[in-house]
Amino acid sequence: MTDLTAAKVALPSLQRTFEGRALRSLVLTTLVWLFAVLASVPLFSVLYMLITRGGARLNLEVFTELPPTGFETGGGFGNALAGTFVMVGIAAAIAVPVGIMAAIFLAELGPTSKLANAARFAAKMLTGLPSILAGVFAYALVVVTTGTYSAPAGGVALAVLMLPIVVLTAEESMRMVPKIMKDAAYGMGCTRSQVIWKIILPTGMPAILTGVMLAVARAAGETAPLLFTALFSNYWIYHQGELAAMNPTASLAVLIYNFSGMPFDNQLELAWAASLVLVMIVLVVNVVSRIFGKPKF
Amino acid sequence: MNALSAQQPASVDTQTPVVMDCKLDKIFYGNFMAVRDSHVPIEKNKITGFIGPSGCGKSTVLRSLNRMNDLVPGFRFEGHVHFLGQDVYGKGVDPVVVRRYIGMVFQQPNPFSMSIYDNVAFGLRLNRYKGDIGDRVKHALQGAALWDEVKDKLKVSGLSLSGGQQQRLCIARAIATEPEVLLLDEPCSALDPIATRRVEELMVELKKDYTIALVTHNMQQAIRVADNTAFFSVDISQGTRTGYLVEMGPTAQIFDNPREQMTSDYISGKFS
Repeated sequence: MTDLTAAKVALPSLQRTFEGRALRSLVLTTLVWLFAVLASVPLFSVLYMLITRGGARLNLEVFTELPPTGFETGGGFGNALAGTFVMVGIAAAIAVPVGIMAAIFLAELGPTSKLANAARFAAKMLTGLPSILAGVFAYALVVVTTGTYSAPAGGVALAVLMLPIVVLTAEESMRMVPKIMKDAAYGMGCTRSQVIWKIILPTGMPAILTGVMLAVARAAGETAPLLFTALFSNYWIYHQGELAAMNPTASLAVLIYNFSGMPFDNQLELAWAASLVLVMIVLVVNVVSRIFGKPKF
Repeated sequence: MNALSAQQPASVDTQTPVVMDCKLDKIFYGNFMAVRDSHVPIEKNKITGFIGPSGCGKSTVLRSLNRMNDLVPGFRFEGHVHFLGQDVYGKGVDPVVVRRYIGMVFQQPNPFSMSIYDNVAFGLRLNRYKGDIGDRVKHALQGAALWDEVKDKLKVSGLSLSGGQQQRLCIARAIATEPEVLLLDEPCSALDPIATRRVEELMVELKKDYTIALVTHNMQQAIRVADNTAFFSVDISQGTRTGYLVEMGPTAQIFDNPREQMTSDYISGKFS
């Protein structure tokens, strides 16, 4: 072996330096770290406020009692929690089947047809729709025709918001099913609908469920569309022995909106507690969607 | 059989019944003519190998035999594929039913994202099989030389197997419904040499019960397993690349004593 020094090869320095590109890299890395921390400040400060102020009032009573009036003490938001569940349930019952069926059309039956392009465009536009407009739409469609604010009207407004999310995520999920898997199914002698029901939907289901859960989480937190459609109520949706379906219905989001502007400490505390509960619901739904979102195989 | 055209007189053993008599006059994708003037008889319980350079239409031909190409927009077929006396492209023939009798295994192993058991049982359930599904699944996995490796984990995902095992699972899935013919489209091209070896041994085993058509880009594979070989080439004289059958015969004749100069050029590696 020849000695490199003897061969008169200039040996480069391999030492770490802190000038030039090394310095630039260090500065940039630090900046990126800093902004990453900055970006999470709002999230964690909101969470901190919610847990300290909302958590202080959180007890079993708030889930079972009706909202207090004026100078009353105690009370809770059980009816608002129930109302939110009912209206999100109605919205999901409308948006999930319609959305998945539409997605099947977009992904499989006529992906390049004019109708599909129009529907896809509409769905993309709708995802950016200010939520208050969904409320106005449901107001015109349901509240005006039935003559009353109601849970179904709120459900329709939330469904309008959920639908585009479900359609677009479900279409994407079905497109992710590998073509070779569809080929295999056709090769086995499946009809088109058998390929869709036996292969594409089951294979894409985890991802579709994730999209549904995200849509549910979004709908649960919406306030503006419910102000136009469900309004608020100080009573249970099921009270005095009958279902008050066609009456104004309480929801967590509207309760927070109403109570946070009141001059009473009791109501302010309840608004904080309700906010914490709402965030917990969204969190749970997200976690559940992650669990379902893991492919079974 | 008297169905053989002048293209390959007497070279194919005339004593063996022809299960699929495929006369592919013209195959189009839109305005593009992919294959022309090819006549390929596929004999019972034999392996018919399709070889040729890339783009010569051998896969197109294979996928035309069970009407998989119907799924390709713009596909048009002229000619006939007589399968046990019926034209697969005849009036009123349902491609879905055709595919239940003519099974297919693809280049990329493509098990469904379900358990090994459900993968094999898929076709049986599809056909509303009335007998003991478990029995047939076991039989199919044994037939595909996979049973011993998976018998203790039938509930595990088919996608968790190795590439070679997945391909044998796909073969098991295809033979579970006992189709008449198996179309294998380069089944070993995604596999390593050891897995290839196993699938090749399996093919030779399977021809006792099935008639097999095999597309391969590997001439050695054709020599090892095919009884008859069809050599396709590309005609670029019309400005497009149209595949056609150059010659077909028993594998030994094609490789040792080809009739066409082009065949001998191809098998000696002068072009590919």
